[in-house]
This record gives sequence, C-alpha cells and structure tokens, in this order.
Amino acid sequence: MDNATMQKSPTYLEEFKRKGYSRKDFLKFCTLMAAYLGLENSSVGQVVQALSNKPRLPVIWLHFQECTCCSESFIRSSHPIVADVLLDQISLDYTETLMAASGHQAEEAMKNTMTKYKGEYILCVEGSVPTAADGVYCMIGGKTSLQILEEAAEGAKAIIAWGSCASNGCVQAAKPNPTSATPIHKLVKGKPVIKVPGCPPIGEVMAGVIVHVVTFGRLPELDGLGRPKAFYSKRVHDTCYRRPYYDAGLYVESFDDENAKKGYCLYKVGCKGPSTYNACGVTKWNNGVSFPIQSGHGCFGCSEENYWDNGRIYQRASAFPGFGIESTADMVGKVALGVTAGALAAHAVMTNVRKKKLIKGLEKEGKESEKELKD
Amino acid sequence: MSTRIVVDPVTRIEGHLRIEADIENGKIKDAYSSGTMVRLLEEILRGRDPLDAWAYVGRVCGVCTSVHSLTSVRAVEDALDIVIPPNAEMVRNIMFCAQYMHDHVVHFYHLHAMDWVDVVNALKADPKKTSELAQSISNWPKSSPGYFSDLQKRITKFVESGQLGIFSNGYWGHPAYKLPAEVNLIGLAHYLEALEWQKEIVKVHTIFGGKNPHPNYLVGGMACAISTDDVSGLNAERLAYVEQLLKQGKEFIEQVYIPDLMAIASFYKDWGAIGGGLGSFMAYGDLPWNGYRDISSYKFPQGVILNKDISKVYDVDLRKDDEVQEFIDNSWYEYKGKGGLHPWKGESKIKYTGPKPPFENLDTSKAYSYLKTPRWKGNAVEVGPLARVLVGYARGREDFKMVVDKALKDLDVPVTALFSTLGRTAARGLESVLVAQWGLDFFYQLIDNIKKGDTRMADSSKRSSSKWPEKALGVGHSEAPRGALAHWINIEDEKIANYQLVVPTTWNASPRDAKGQVSAYEAALRDTPIADPKQPVEILRTVHSFDPCLACAVHLYDEEGKHISRISVLGD
Repeated sequence: MDNATMQKSPTYLEEFKRKGYSRKDFLKFCTLMAAYLGLENSSVGQVVQALSNKPRLPVIWLHFQECTCCSESFIRSSHPIVADVLLDQISLDYTETLMAASGHQAEEAMKNTMTKYKGEYILCVEGSVPTAADGVYCMIGGKTSLQILEEAAEGAKAIIAWGSCASNGCVQAAKPNPTSATPIHKLVKGKPVIKVPGCPPIGEVMAGVIVHVVTFGRLPELDGLGRPKAFYSKRVHDTCYRRPYYDAGLYVESFDDENAKKGYCLYKVGCKGPSTYNACGVTKWNNGVSFPIQSGHGCFGCSEENYWDNGRIYQRASAFPGFGIESTADMVGKVALGVTAGALAAHAVMTNVRKKKLIKGLEKEGKESEKELKD
Repeated sequence: MSTRIVVDPVTRIEGHLRIEADIENGKIKDAYSSGTMVRLLEEILRGRDPLDAWAYVGRVCGVCTSVHSLTSVRAVEDALDIVIPPNAEMVRNIMFCAQYMHDHVVHFYHLHAMDWVDVVNALKADPKKTSELAQSISNWPKSSPGYFSDLQKRITKFVESGQLGIFSNGYWGHPAYKLPAEVNLIGLAHYLEALEWQKEIVKVHTIFGGKNPHPNYLVGGMACAISTDDVSGLNAERLAYVEQLLKQGKEFIEQVYIPDLMAIASFYKDWGAIGGGLGSFMAYGDLPWNGYRDISSYKFPQGVILNKDISKVYDVDLRKDDEVQEFIDNSWYEYKGKGGLHPWKGESKIKYTGPKPPFENLDTSKAYSYLKTPRWKGNAVEVGPLARVLVGYARGREDFKMVVDKALKDLDVPVTALFSTLGRTAARGLESVLVAQWGLDFFYQLIDNIKKGDTRMADSSKRSSSKWPEKALGVGHSEAPRGALAHWINIEDEKIANYQLVVPTTWNASPRDAKGQVSAYEAALRDTPIADPKQPVEILRTVHSFDPCLACAVHLYDEEGKHISRISVLGD
C-alpha cells in the first residue's frame, strides 16, 4: 500500500498501543499469527513489520445468490483472533449483513471506498451471480448482481470468493441450474480470485485467509483450483481420526447401529471424505469442537466442485485406492467420483492383510450393497 | 402530494429486500415490499432422493440455519410414516432452542440495535454513570467504570481513524435516536460482547450436528449416536459440554439481552403505538414433548388470532385444501388458472415483468416481487415471535402469561402495546427467556432417558426405499425463529416429485393480494412517522422488528408450462 493510504488510518501497532497493549504484547501477537500461518520463526519479523505499518485493510463484501451462511461462519471465528478484534483490523466498509446504513447511504459507503481506496481494497463475494434472463434473478438497488460485481471488481486489489456459491455455484447451480448461477472466477477477468469453498467454509479458515492478506499484503499460495493450499491441500479422509477403521475394514452399516456407537468409519453410509479437500479433520468446526464425521454423519463434500450432483448423500462413493496423504487436489480432480464396485475391498486388502477373513466377508457384502445402489 | 422513497438494499437482514414508500405529511401513506432474488431450488430438487432433501433445503438460509433441515426431515418422516426415537426428538429440540437463543440475540444486537442505539453518541457517555446504570439493571460482571472507559477510548480512536467500517454512513445524530449516551454505550459494549458470545451457543449444533452453520440432520432421527462408553459418541463429556453451553446461553439472555431490551424499550414507548400492522397472527406451534404428531404436547402452541381478538384462537390444518393458499396477483409469476392454490396443488412459472435493470423505481401498479402471497382462509396474517407469544398468551399458557405480564408491568404499558414495532421486538426477547429454560428441560429429559437405558437415536428401518409406498404425501412444519414454516413433499417412485416451502418471510413480506389486502410489512409501515425522508431510519425499525430473511424465493419453472409443482421459499 502506498504512503497516502498509510496515513489515512492507524496501523496495527498503533491500534494495539491505543488499546493499552505493550509492544511486547504486540510481538507476542505477531508470533502467534506467524505460528498460525505456519511460518518459520524467521518470518515473525516480517509479520511484525507488516502489521506495524499498515492501515486497516478496506474490504467490500457483496451478497448475491446466497444464504448468508458464509457471513455467519465468518463471525464464528475464534482464532487466530476473536471476532471483534478481526472487525477492528479490517475496515469492513460494505456488507449487507452487518452495516448500519441501508439504501442510498449503504451504496454511498461502497462508492466512497471504491474511490478512496481504488486498487487497494479487497472485494469479498458471497453468493453466485445468475446470468439467465439478463440478470433479473438477483437485483440490488435496481441493478443486477453482474453490474454490481463488474463495478466493484474494477478497482479491487484482489477478490475472495467466499464459500461454494461464489466458488462453484453451490446448490442453485445444481442441475439443471435454472438461473444460470455462475461462480465469480468465470465472470471477472484480470483480477486474482481466491476461492474459499465450503458450505460454508470453516470460520477460522475464512479469518485465516483474511489475516494472510492483511499480514503479507499478498495472496496466500493457491492450488491448481485456486484454493489456499494451507486449508485445502489435504483430504478429509487423510486427516480423519476414524481413518484407522477404514483401513481395518470396520464400518457403520446403518445409522445408530452398534458400529455407529463404536465410532467406526462412515464410508458405507455415504461419507465423501475420500474425495473431499478441506480442513475439517484438522481445524474442525466452531473452535475445534467437532466436525461432521465426529458427530456421526458422513462428510458430503460441500467444498467440492458440483458436490450436489456427485451422487446421493447416502450413496457410497468409490474409494480412492493408492491415494496417500501426499495426493493433491489437482491429481484427484482428474479422477471422477463415481460408484466403483470392489474399490473398497481393494483398498482394504492393500492396507490390512491381517484382517483378511473379515475383509472377505465385507467384500462380498460390499458388492451386494453396490449392486443395490446401482439398480 | 406524496414523495416516493426507496430503501434498497435493506441491510442487516438476510437476503435481498427492497422497500418503496410514499411519504405524505411526514408519515408513510403506503409502502411496497419487494423480494429481488430467486434461486429456483424446486426444479433442482425434483427427481432427487427424499433422504437428501434436508441438505438442499437447509441451504435456503444460513442465518436461521437448521430450521429448514428440521422441517424437511419432518416432512419426509410424515410422508413415510417414520416415528423417531424420543432421544432424537430431544436432541432436535435442544438444537432448536440453541438456534433461537443465537438467532434472537444476534438479531437484537447486530441486526436491530443500531436502529435504536446511536453509536457515535455513546462517545459522550460518562463511564462512571454508565457503570452505575449497568449495575442497577443487571448482575452481569463486565460493568466497571474502567471497562466502559476502555471501550469508549477504543471506539473514539476507531471513529477518529476515519475508517468507520460497518458503522460508515449510519444515521448517527438522527432526531429519532432517544437514548441517553450512557445507554448507547451499554448497547455498544454489548454489541461487541454478543459478537463474542454468539459463536459459543452454536457449539450445541456442532456437538450434535458436526458444524454450524448448516449442521447435519437425518431422516429417522439424528446421526449422533449415544455411546456413554466411547469417545466418538455422545458421552458424559459431550453432554456436559451441551449443558454448560445451554446454561451460559441462558445466563447471557437473562443478564444481558433482557435488561438491555427493557432499558432501551423504556425510552421508546411511543413505538408501542407504531407499526402494529395487521393485528392477525398465526403460529404452527413447535417443540414437541411427546412426539411431533402430538400437537397438544408442543411448548409453542399453534393457532390463529384474527383482528387483535385474543379471546378466540382458531386451529390450523396444513393438510386442508382451503386453509393455506398462495396467490400471485402481484408477484412475478403466472398460473394457468386463477385464484389461490394449496401447496400440494401449487403451480407456477416465473414471469418477470418488472423494469429492466438498472432502474430507479418499480412499477407497483403491476407485479413487483419474487415473493408470492400466502393467505390463511383468505386472511393476511403475521407470523413470528409476536404471533407465537400472543397465541401462547391467548391459549392461556401460564409460562407465556408470566413473562408477558411481567414485561408489561415493568414497562408500564397496556397490553395493546404488544401490537406494535416495540411489541414485536419485545416478544422476541420474551420467548428467548422461555426457550432458554426449555432447552435445559429437554436436556434433562434426554439425560433421564439415557439413565433409564434408552440410547436409541435413529430408526433406520424405513430408510431403504424398497419399504416406501409408490406414492406418499407429507407435510413438515416448524416455528422458525422468524415464524411459521412448512414444507410440503410429494414422493413418487422413490423420488421427489414435488417439494414446496411456504416460509415466514413470505407471509410477512409478500406483495398485496387481488383484493388489495396488504401483508404484514406493508401494513406495519403505514402511518410510520418519517422525520427525514433522506434518512428513513424509522422504516428500518419496523422492517427489522420482523427480522427479515429473504434467502430466496424459489419457484418451479417449466418450459412447456405443463408441470404443476413448485416451491416458494423465502427466508427461514
């Protein structure tokens, strides 16, 4: 950011001092932040430098075809920093969910930021843009969502596509996508777009992405699908604490059965953890309290492209034999998710020969279930 | 001669709402409410697995998250004649209570408070006096002069930075703000505290449903198995966590939300005579103590009140053809025939006839919204907290009478003050008190069941489609935080043939019907005083008192015009 921008607002260090914290507290905060971002100790200085000199990052947050679950998830964030501190660190100049002003005053607030911080503000988008019928399926202030997006994107430094709606269209883009709900990266050209998929994304992940941009003044490293590697490079399956049961061929057969009470693997009741890239198994939800699998329901892959059309929720997905923890989304992206009879058994044989007998039984049973499912 | 003003976007709501109002002699003469976004989910649902429906419709709304999923599993269970185990009923009820506590507190502080609390004026408060005032109305520990003084310094610096963030361009200094600076400062302090607090109570959803927003539900019960002897199941640690969260939630409601609500309301008693609106109310009832089909066991009773006559409460039957019907006379749809249609027989095709964007004004002499217009036996009715509280009161339920009568006495206002913007906002707080207690009651019932050896959480016996009838109709209903919600499902050949939702905000925010009868928003806005048409904060007060939730207006669209199913979804 240029000097002119810097003078407009207090820096983080100034904010800290004003709140009665010492420089020591500030350094501690920077160390924590660096640790959170997975940086080496040597990077702490960089964080200190960045936070000492920058004004609050102006942010415009637009809402299109969405359900506001992303905004709700964002305010659930417990760390790296609590919600009110987070709201202090960025300057959230436009968000229909929380801003005081409405109507003309709201539009004016957005215009002010677009003018004053041209090229500096971050544009966050929650929701997809319907392009059918000349855009009349989503209008705000008499304009279509596409018109608003184009205007706001022009002066943005970068765009964050919050959630599955903005990243891949989510539920309204499921077949037959009647409103032509379109994700943001397909509509905005010449601007970096960070996709943060999930329905919603985990609150701490959202805050983490913002913190990264604030701290370094640049975007986090992205994978081939445009998602921050920090949070989307591992399969839920590979970070799942129930994984040993999968490897051992021990599965929940139906909800609330004896195996469910024992916390066995949910693969056979539809868990899509093997094909889903997200931080649920590690970061978990709502400050690490639980995640879907821990609470007994399979993952249904809400951060994956077209997940509403990737088979039924309780339909067993094909396993991905041979894919280890090192596999990337780019590789798996090339493997279609479908129902592959026997894949489950193949994986199980590979991973645990000692349970051969049990596995044989499961293989037979598995094939029968697959048949049922395929009918 | 009246002047037309437009508020679009209406912020601090869920979804996209536009209000156009005609102002004459400093008052609203007439108002028009328009929903301006659709997603057309019904066409997406058609042909899918009924067991999956809860996940799709759950995405209707992420603010009142969980309520559509709950309503959906009830609709499917109704159609397939599935009775869930008592423990699952209790877990669903506990999650329902947690949702109310979260949603109502967030509404009050983050979506509604800035209509009453002047943030900038809070900077003029005397921290010592603020502390004395705070301690006189509540035992909440964060109330020292130092606490308020620190906060004030922080906000002063924030304002001086010139980067006002979410407070940019607010209506600060508007003559409609009446609170002393000290009350403004308390409101602002609790705005920030509530922002911290809200992320805690939802952990009840995370424990039972794996995440929040959008926790997981299950047709037949819940997926969170009870296993007192395994780390993966609902064991003593998990249950103790839930109990603690419910207790802390109740504490916040009793020690922060309610004292603030009463303190703020005492300065705005004139709003006890503004924004009354229809005077007719409807609730479907919810929180079954003895199974969803035993309506008499509901903690929230069902019923309809017409024309402010609380001496008579009518029963509601969602299966009857002539009770709930939807009309489209001023909506961007077309029907093959005329008149209203019961949701099981509904038909619709979207037909946008509004102006081509960008536009300044809607032509409100023609269709002007993506919302349809639902009616109960032809009557426009209001749904939501006020409807629930009035129905409970009119049905003579002791717990309702107790909280309502106490609030009226404390504020020294007559019972008629309930029919107002203030009454609506107060009712939301009053039912939060009830729900916070019920949440614990349900929790202890769950513990009692487990103690007696019942650990069932789901009935999977009918989850296989081979056991389903060829055709089945079902209806699921609930009391979403914003009011009466129902889903109608038609299952054919193991698939969804038709799925329809009539949601609270459709009842409240819909356009007028063919007879010219307005719905709740438009009725409530009439005669509202507007001090400055350029800063219509008064419109926001009344509209926000309903807690709008316009997540989507969803309708079936068939290119051949043959299909007769549809969904209308708006808000929760």
